[in-house]
Amino acid sequence: MDLKELYRDVILDHNRQPRNFGPLVPSDAHAEGHNPLCGDRLTVWLRMSGDRIEDIRFEGKGCAISTASASLMTEAVKGKDKATVMALYGTIHALLTRQDAVPDASLGKLAALSGVREFPARVKCASLCWHTLGAALERSADPVTTE
Amino acid sequence: MSAIAPLPTPSIAYDAERVRRDFPILERLVNGRPLVYLDSAASGQRPLPVLRAVEHYETHCHANVHRGVHALSQAATEAFEGARERVRRFINAGSSREIVFVRGTTEAINLVAQSFGRARLGRGDEILITALEHHANIVPWQMLCEQTGSTLKVAPIDRRGELELDRLLELLSPRTRLVAVAHVSNALGTVLPVKRIADAAHAVGAVVLIDGAQAIPHSRVDVRELGCDFYAFSGHKLYGPTGIGVLYAREELLAAMPPWQGGGDMIRTVSFEKTTYNDLPWKFEAGTPNISGAVGLAAAMDYIESLGVEAIAAHEQRLLKLASAEVTRIGGVEIIGTAAHKASVLSFTMQGCHPHDLGTILDAEGVAIRTGHHCAMPVMTFFDIPATARASFGCYNTEEDVEALIAALGKAREVFG
Ligand SMILES: Cc1ncc(COP(=O)(O)O)c(C=O)c1O
Repeated sequence: MDLKELYRDVILDHNRQPRNFGPLVPSDAHAEGHNPLCGDRLTVWLRMSGDRIEDIRFEGKGCAISTASASLMTEAVKGKDKATVMALYGTIHALLTRQDAVPDASLGKLAALSGVREFPARVKCASLCWHTLGAALERSADPVTTE
Repeated sequence: MSAIAPLPTPSIAYDAERVRRDFPILERLVNGRPLVYLDSAASGQRPLPVLRAVEHYETHCHANVHRGVHALSQAATEAFEGARERVRRFINAGSSREIVFVRGTTEAINLVAQSFGRARLGRGDEILITALEHHANIVPWQMLCEQTGSTLKVAPIDRRGELELDRLLELLSPRTRLVAVAHVSNALGTVLPVKRIADAAHAVGAVVLIDGAQAIPHSRVDVRELGCDFYAFSGHKLYGPTGIGVLYAREELLAAMPPWQGGGDMIRTVSFEKTTYNDLPWKFEAGTPNISGAVGLAAAMDYIESLGVEAIAAHEQRLLKLASAEVTRIGGVEIIGTAAHKASVLSFTMQGCHPHDLGTILDAEGVAIRTGHHCAMPVMTFFDIPATARASFGCYNTEEDVEALIAALGKAREVFG
């Protein structure tokens, strides 16, 4: 286990200074995510322009992995359409859980999350924001959990 | 001595290195490093005498209990009932009829809520707990309140994690039917003045349950001296097996309580018209019990007494003091729970580093601690934190373990700047 793989500089940076942090007003949809195991909570707000995410912000309390993952996610999905975002979600999920997944270039900075898969207990921290984004995209305001 | 003893003088005789040799799991490596186990408040490890007692029972004595004339059934029954008598002696109960085997603390409390509580409580009645309880001593009472229309009252704690005893005493009234309190808080380490609480509760006619899950591994518990009506604890926190625990209940109360679960073992006669129930304590033990668990628990009690509970507690107090002093030297570390009287538990946060990250970094160093809300979410809410990191000490921990903890926390400080 290499901690440097998990806590890469990009992760530490986005944890210390999360991008797109704080409520989005006005917004078209939001969703709350909760990981009951560690108490991580976050809210994701969206402003849509048709099928496209025009703006996205998040707020929450959580560990470095969950905060950095959410921050990186907001940067990655802004301006993208739903189908592209859902495809990215799939790629990220594979990256977090499959030992043989190779980060491809389309991931950009999100590739920094590849160290998480060596730490199975932390996969849920990294994926919480994506579950929550999925829920927000469905415009469901019900809290989702990673359980 | 009834509750946790005031800090005893250090016993030079306590040999933690020798104790460690009784726990084979401590020899294993974790992530390539020697295991530093600082999570005994979640579950203790098992010493060889416990492992051997369970193996001996399973290898040579197993059959079902109370149900046969054949030799093995008798051997199993003897082992199981012998374990009950062992438990009785360990907590100085008046009779083994007062010792009900259950799965653990959680089941013991649910048994009291559903059998005693449901039969005795109604609208307008009150149940009093404290703000530092484990979910196991909150949720069963909330369920009972929903079922009976009674009300749950909560005595507050202060910023040190100390129970506000005066406020608890003020909340006691003739409406209070049941007072359920932890002996020791699992999230904060606070030792509660349970004898004082029991006396005051009895004065208003209430019945007292003590959640002893965190107290029993660190103190000599005498249920008669405490004067409690119910005392609940788990085997696995006492260096015994999982899936076995104890409800101590005063015989007079137990005799008047309706059975909780129905089935085999808990009956005397069954017909479709009328069923009569078995004697105490079997009336409360429906179905085939965890026989090897009880055997292992009895062996754990022998083991603890061979070391001396007071000697173990004194040793743990030294480690707790040392660790408490050392962690606060690390930048940004705050201890959560600074009561005057604590047992074994050191909960803390580190500024800029979430407990979950701490847990991962420490694990990479082979140091096992617990991170999270410790099944005490109201405590986290009170301190306005999502979680804490918690190191807890057991009979096998050493000063080297404390040093390893401090060194690993230094690493975390480095990573998170
Ligand atoms: C104070 C306290 N009460 C109750 C419990 C529940 O014990 P068990 O899970 O063994 O039933 C615990 C264990 O975490 C505890 O620490």
